[in-house]
This record gives sequence, C-alpha cells and structure tokens, in this order.
Amino acid sequence: MNSKMSDRRGFLKRSAALAGLAAFANGKALASVTPGLVTGVADTKLGVTPDEPTIQDLLYGGRSSYEKTIAIPSIGTLGATGLRTLTPLQDTIGVITPAPYHYLVQGDTHIPNIDPSKHTLIIHGMVDRPTVFTMEELKRLPSVSRVHFLECTGNSGLAHYKTLLQDLKKGRKDVSVIQGVHGRTSTSEWTGVLLSVLLKEVGVQKGATWFVAEGGDIQAELHAKSIPLAKGMDDVMIAYGQNGEAIRREQGYPIRLFCPGFQGVCSVKHVSSIKLVDKAYMMQREITAYTNLKPNGMASRYESQVGPKSLITFPSDAHKLPGTGFYELSGIAWCGRGKIARVEVTVDGGRTWKDANLQQPIFSKAWTRFRLPWTWNGAETVIASRCTNEFGELQSTMEGLAKLWGDDVTPHIPAAEIERWWANTNIAEFLNNPIQFWTVKTDGSVADATYAPLYKLPV
Amino acid sequence: MRHMHLYTSCRCKFLLPVMVLLACGTAMAQTPTYKVGRPPTAEELRTWDNLVGPDGKELPVGKGTAQEGAVIFAARCAVCHGKDGVGQWPFARLTGGVGTLNTANPIKTAASNMPYATTLFDFIHRAMPAWPFPRDLTANDSYALTAFILAKSGIIKDTDVMDKNSLVEVQMPNRHGFYPDPPQDKPDDKDGTWLPLWEHAPGAKPAAK
Repeated sequence: MNSKMSDRRGFLKRSAALAGLAAFANGKALASVTPGLVTGVADTKLGVTPDEPTIQDLLYGGRSSYEKTIAIPSIGTLGATGLRTLTPLQDTIGVITPAPYHYLVQGDTHIPNIDPSKHTLIIHGMVDRPTVFTMEELKRLPSVSRVHFLECTGNSGLAHYKTLLQDLKKGRKDVSVIQGVHGRTSTSEWTGVLLSVLLKEVGVQKGATWFVAEGGDIQAELHAKSIPLAKGMDDVMIAYGQNGEAIRREQGYPIRLFCPGFQGVCSVKHVSSIKLVDKAYMMQREITAYTNLKPNGMASRYESQVGPKSLITFPSDAHKLPGTGFYELSGIAWCGRGKIARVEVTVDGGRTWKDANLQQPIFSKAWTRFRLPWTWNGAETVIASRCTNEFGELQSTMEGLAKLWGDDVTPHIPAAEIERWWANTNIAEFLNNPIQFWTVKTDGSVADATYAPLYKLPV
Repeated sequence: MRHMHLYTSCRCKFLLPVMVLLACGTAMAQTPTYKVGRPPTAEELRTWDNLVGPDGKELPVGKGTAQEGAVIFAARCAVCHGKDGVGQWPFARLTGGVGTLNTANPIKTAASNMPYATTLFDFIHRAMPAWPFPRDLTANDSYALTAFILAKSGIIKDTDVMDKNSLVEVQMPNRHGFYPDPPQDKPDDKDGTWLPLWEHAPGAKPAAK
C-alpha cells in the first residue's frame, strides 16, 4: 500500500517536472527548437531521489553508486610512480573486461592523446607499394570483431609476488594475490582490419619474414617490436574498436596493433609504422627486458605465445566466505593457442578433479568462464583449476614452469635462493601459467597456496 | 640512407606500370584489391623509415667517439641514467655488468645484454632522450653516445670511432648468449595454426597437495 502511494507521488512529481519542462521549452527555446530543447532537458532532474541522474549524465552513463570495483595501481615502484593498473579479476563477470578495468602497462608516464584526423599508418620496407593509410581509409576496409585476451608476459610471475610481499610489508591494504600477481590480463572484443588485408594491398616482397611495428607520438618512447610475418598474415589486426567503442586513449587510441595470444608487448599501441624486414630487428625492449634469462646466463627470446592458463576467481584471496553452504565456484581459463577445451576443478587439494561447466560460446585466444557448483562444509581445504586447450596441452604447475624455463627456481629451493636470483635485477620470468591453488580456511578466508610455499610462509 | 629512400620512391613511380604488368602475368594475389591509401611522401619516409636492424644497413652517415659522447651524456642522459650510465630502476642501467649474466647476481645492461650494438644506436637515436622529447640527437651525437656506453663497459676503446661501418663490427659480449629462436615462420603442420612454444612444455602433472 505504502509503496503504491509512493509510486503515485513519484508519478505526480515527474508529471509536474515534465509540465514545467514543456513550458520552459515553449517559452524559451522555440526559436532554435532542437538545441534549446536539449539544453532544457539537461538542466532538469526528472526523478524523485536526490541522486537522480540528469539526461546529460546518461549520455555516457555511469554505474550504480553502490558499485565500488576498480582497477588498482600496480604494485611496487611502478605502481607508485608509473601508469600501470591491474584488472580486478576477483570481481570479473563473464568474459568481457569493461574498458575502465583493462590492465595497463605503460612504458613511461606519457600517454599520447592523438588526433585521429592527423594519425596515419605507413606500411613500408620490403613491400611493392609503400602505402600510407588514414584512419578514414582504414575504417573503409573490411573489418572483423573478435574476442581476445591481452596479457602482460610477466603476469603471474614470482617477481610480482615478491613485489606484492614488499607492498604488504609497507602496509598497502588494497591488493591481493589474485589482482596483484595475476591482474595483468583482460579480455575485450577488438574490432579492426586484419593486417593480412593491408599486406595484400601493399604487396609483400619475397624474402620478407618479419615486420617491425612502431607506435607512439614524439613524446612517447616510440616502442618498436619485431613480429613474425607468418603471425601477421594469420590473425594480427589493426584494431580501432574495444568493446563496442573506440579504443581507449591508454589502450592505444586511435589504433593499436593487436596480436592475439601473444605477450602484450607485441600489441603496439598508437601504431604508426609497419616495416617489412627479413629478420628480427633486435629492438631495445624485445632484446633486453623481454628476454628470458636462465641461471646459466643464456636467454631465450621471441617466445611470445601464452600457454594454457586458468584460475579460480571466486573464491580467491580477495574474498571471505560468510559461512558454510552452497557456492558457485567460478573462474577464467585462456590460452594463446586455440580454444579452451576443458577445465577441471579440485576442491580437495588435488585428490580428485571434476569437469567445470564452460560458458558458451568459447572463443579462440580468449577468456573462457568456467563454473562449478560447490557446497563448503566448513573444513579447511585447497581448491584449484587446471585447463586443457583444444590441442590437448595442459596448464603447467610452478614446478613444471621452473623446469621449462631452466630456472633453478623450484618449490624445493629456499626463499633466500629465490631472493638472491631476483634481488636488485629487473629480470622477470615470463609466460607464467602455474596452477593457482587457494586454501579455504575454517574462518572462510582464502589464501594463496601456490606462491606462498616458495617463500615458506604460512599457507 | 635518406637519399636512397627518396630515390627508391621516385623510381617506383616510373616502374609502377611495369610492375603492374609483371604482377598480372605472375602473381595476381599481389594486386591491390581495395585501392585505398597513397604512397608516402619523402617526409613520411624520413620520419618512419629509420629503424636500424642488426646488419646496420639503415645506419645514417655520421661518426663519434666515447670522448665526445661523455660530454653529451653528462648534459643529456646522466639526469636519468646516472653519471656513468649506472642509473637506478626504473631507468635502464646502460653500462657495466659484462660477464655477470651467468652469476648469482646477473646485471642486465645495454652493454652486458644486447647482442648487437645496432640496438643501442637505434634506441638512442630513435627514442632518446625520453625527456623532454626524443629524436633530438644528431647522428654524430648518437654515434658518440653509443661509443661512450660501449667504452665505459670495456667493449671498445675511448678513442675508437663509431660510424656506420665500425658499429656493425663491434663484437658485443653477449652476441652468443641466446638460445636459437623458436620457429617463427612456419605454421603448424597438423592444423595450420601457430606453432606453439608450449609443444615442448612439460606435461604438467597436477601436484597432489
């Protein structure tokens, strides 16, 4: 009864507001009908509550004031001083990352703001017809929209865990393992022109095997990256759309190279130039920071493809279960090669694994959401997920990764040894896809059980 | 180099009809389908065609020594990279570290890690100084700065002249410090998709906790 009364009052108020608006429009704005009317509407609150949005607020709308999820500044020095953010994986829903949550790894502290009417893409080098494309021309060409993940190659690395521990020691409260260690991955629908379309237009010469993409503006660092031409002919795109709108400024507006399944550094933002060449060009970043140094002093390079990878996003160490009973376990799985075919989940520390339900449709080189019903009986237990791609390749363990990379960083080596290896260097291990174990404690809190044991911390 | 590119772009105009005829006879796939875009201007080629690869064929005319580089480094680079190029994270450490990569405390620097000196020249000339804005160095400046970093690290002598010929002859200490690159140029035999790094990943056996 009361609620009906209240609705009725609301209706009356809204009617009065509309009547006032009409009078305003009639009295003041008829000379230039449309602009006047829009101004009038924008200035008028039509609703009943004090925080009611105006129509101006709704033209590029916001979310409910009750929603507080944000990307957070990255960890360590770069989080404090650089422009780097982490995707809140613990709050992700489905497989699409809204643009404001998309992780950011910016090489410096300048983000170009490029006028698209002045931006061009030049394709040159070993081509028959060096060509300059304007934005308008790129958008005229046949386009594709594809759902793909992007991931920083150092994501989920031990180095990030170490930095996270330092941040926690300094008293930082807003960061967890799931966001601090794993938050450099996001999935979007990317729209653009396939590079293969452009390469056919310009005519690739015999002998060209790589291309170098260069991007930025004169005040940015002009990042350049060598990419194998075969990848370029396969599925690389010049992307101008992200989740149904223009790519965000910090994601490379007005265009970025997008290399599906490859480490993020390949997807050059604000791409301006593509030069076809006959070898990898040993550009600064790809040959220093992005090589994978082993303890024997040798390094591997140009390893770009992200392996099969998954983690449970609920519950994770950012959550606390309020009590026993039913919960839907949920997480994401992705792979730089093909589609996710299977995700298995354990709720008993790895003794048994059950197939999780996979959200359809499953996209290639994209997050796949998995879900599994679970009833928690209140006992301490360890949960985890592991995935397999359509080629039967299985997610690694931390131990397997250590063997793969030839590192002597294994779970059996004391924390001091790992510290020794990472201390005072900018060396990071790459393409990390370890199984993430979470310990659900009796009080409902959740703790990381993959990284902490390496440092002999209580799990 | 600049002149050569101008020449190339001019020559293309005259040869274009011939090339089109040849293309019709041999490779239809090389004919443009949509015919959008335009040839670059000489200015655009100057702006963008300056990446220097490991064989150094794009290196510009010019020269410099470490002694000249020391002066420029002090004025333009030391503010971030430190007096002797040993600047602190997040600024790249440039000098020293040679011989440390296989030790307990590997120090990755431009000198200790880069397999080719061309990479150093390319980044200095194309993207440095980051502040206030890059591409502000002459070819002579960039050769001199490259020489300074190499000499500081004991790779060349203070008096060695770096130019487009001598730079590619520099034997960087880490030239052979890399495993063979993974296959990049052929798709997977079975299904035509990208040959995965993970084919030689260990079959991860989930650990029994």
